[in-house]
Amino acid sequence: MAFNSKDTAAFKGVWVFCEQRDGVILGTGYQLLSEGRKLADDLGVELCGLLLGDKINQDYAKALGGYGADRVYICEHPLLKDYTTDGYTKVICDLVEEKKPEIFLIGATNIGRDLGPRVAARLNTGLTADCTHLDVDVAKYKDFLRTTSNIDVDNTKFEENQNLKATRPAFGGHLMATIICPDYRPQMCTVRPGVMQTAPYNEATAAKTVLETVAVKLDAADIQVDLVEIKKSAKKLVDLVGADVVVSVGRGISADPKRGLEIAEEMANVLGGVVGASRAVVDAGLIPADHQVGQTGKTVHAKIYVALGISGAIQHLAGMQDSECIIAVNKNGSAPIFDVATYGITGDLFKVGPMLTEAIAKYKASKV
Amino acid sequence: MKIIVCVKQVPDTSGKVAVKEDGTMDRAAMATISNPDDMNALEAALQIKDANPDAKVIVLSMGPPPTESMLRECLAMGADEALLVSSREFGGADTYATSSTLTAAIRKLGLEQGDIVFCGRQAIDGDTAQVGPQIAEKLGIPQVTYVTGIEYKDGQLTVRRELEDGYMTIKVKTPCLLTCIKELNTPRYMSVSGIVGCYAKPYEVWDFNALSGDPTITVETVGLKGSPTQVYKSFSPPVKGAGTMLEGADKATCEQLVSLLEEKHII
Repeated sequence: MAFNSKDTAAFKGVWVFCEQRDGVILGTGYQLLSEGRKLADDLGVELCGLLLGDKINQDYAKALGGYGADRVYICEHPLLKDYTTDGYTKVICDLVEEKKPEIFLIGATNIGRDLGPRVAARLNTGLTADCTHLDVDVAKYKDFLRTTSNIDVDNTKFEENQNLKATRPAFGGHLMATIICPDYRPQMCTVRPGVMQTAPYNEATAAKTVLETVAVKLDAADIQVDLVEIKKSAKKLVDLVGADVVVSVGRGISADPKRGLEIAEEMANVLGGVVGASRAVVDAGLIPADHQVGQTGKTVHAKIYVALGISGAIQHLAGMQDSECIIAVNKNGSAPIFDVATYGITGDLFKVGPMLTEAIAKYKASKV
Repeated sequence: MKIIVCVKQVPDTSGKVAVKEDGTMDRAAMATISNPDDMNALEAALQIKDANPDAKVIVLSMGPPPTESMLRECLAMGADEALLVSSREFGGADTYATSSTLTAAIRKLGLEQGDIVFCGRQAIDGDTAQVGPQIAEKLGIPQVTYVTGIEYKDGQLTVRRELEDGYMTIKVKTPCLLTCIKELNTPRYMSVSGIVGCYAKPYEVWDFNALSGDPTITVETVGLKGSPTQVYKSFSPPVKGAGTMLEGADKATCEQLVSLLEEKHII
């Protein structure tokens, strides 16, 4: 029978695309499996990891089980060694059409954001980009809204079903929206790296994982591009996601961007951290995109997050509000950043920034 | 050679955002701009045209009638023709339905070997980056996203695609679709002669009926009805206000903050 994305009852299970580059699985895959595990448990279904590549290391495949996968589909083919839109889309869609998962999660890397929409269009289903929260259980969704929204949850009607409720910042990151895809399957989402937390590795579940090798049907003629080369960047990228301390700058530095960035670097050096930036600063070309914190950048869970001259649009807050201690310096005392800040100072970052760095340096020196 | 550039007029979300009482964005109350990545896409098309004067650059948009102002600007920058797809039926479309409508328009314009479709990577109001790849899939042509370099010689297209940790170099057959990011180029300004001439250039509006000859276009496949995804709830975060605002903004304030951080074992 032909594949029909509207036959919702025929779909079962939660899938996660586990992207590999050079044979190494990206952290996003583990994060999404950890999140997918919760969804699969709420639904009472199987969680499957999907691994495409060539000569895949079986230990890596097995490791996906340690993060929650009941089953790992292994798709191996010389043409799958490196990513191509056509090759990966064909193999994934063939398998989805055969196995029919109800939920399919993809990491929103540059590759995932190329693959996701192509797959969704071929399967004739919906795709929600860059989700920051996922629920299938209505009670859990209500709990989520109670702590994160202005909705009067107890006086609002909710349909009792297990459709995926995918929440993301919307309208340029000024509002949150929960998106559903009630009439089509699979319900597809992309999730930014670092947004979901990786669960601890579990030896016992890894041992139980079923590895299933898929018979891949792929031909060179299926791929309409010719991948000439892949070059790794010589420049070391900033590790925002793994950093304990992030000092970020926003539009407030625009009066003197060079000095503003210096102030952030000095503070980051003293605190042993790295420099982040809001979207405005990245869009203005003042700092490379790998420094961007927020929905379209990186999500950080820092011990200390300093926001200098950042007003705090939702899309930025989405990337940093789970940090343990947030220090905000902004000239505008009513800036939304102060709503999430642990400590706030109303003042000019060009004046307060260096003074704060000095005070921290003095404290650190006194402890040596 | 035909180059089609998909462009979108978006609310300027970098400034103040007007929110209606029901929690949705009040687009009418906000200034609009041409989506930034789309201007890089247009510049890329115009550069190919600079080197290949036979090429015809067509800008294509879907949106309400006022979108004309953006399309005229594109013509003033150097595009040859503009096409607006606009109809009540197309309203409320998600990325899937939007791509179906734009695909039908591109099909009607006709795509041949040698032609290129350009899009921006993503629009700043939705940030999904989905419409470009979905158009490519529905047209059945290859795509390359996150393009930061283009070499077009003797009909052979080689592009550079940005990765987080490097880049890929890809040779791609035409017709194809490329999505562009700001690192690709710096969009040109409108020229004075361009502005003078932009109202004399071909400008067309296609409504639902103009596209309904396409077998994929029915009232069920476009706009809100043709959208697999729906907004279930939209909301603002609650005011947390749990933090401590410190008095003053001087040396003493900074020292007070450091002692607080020490007390709480944060540093």
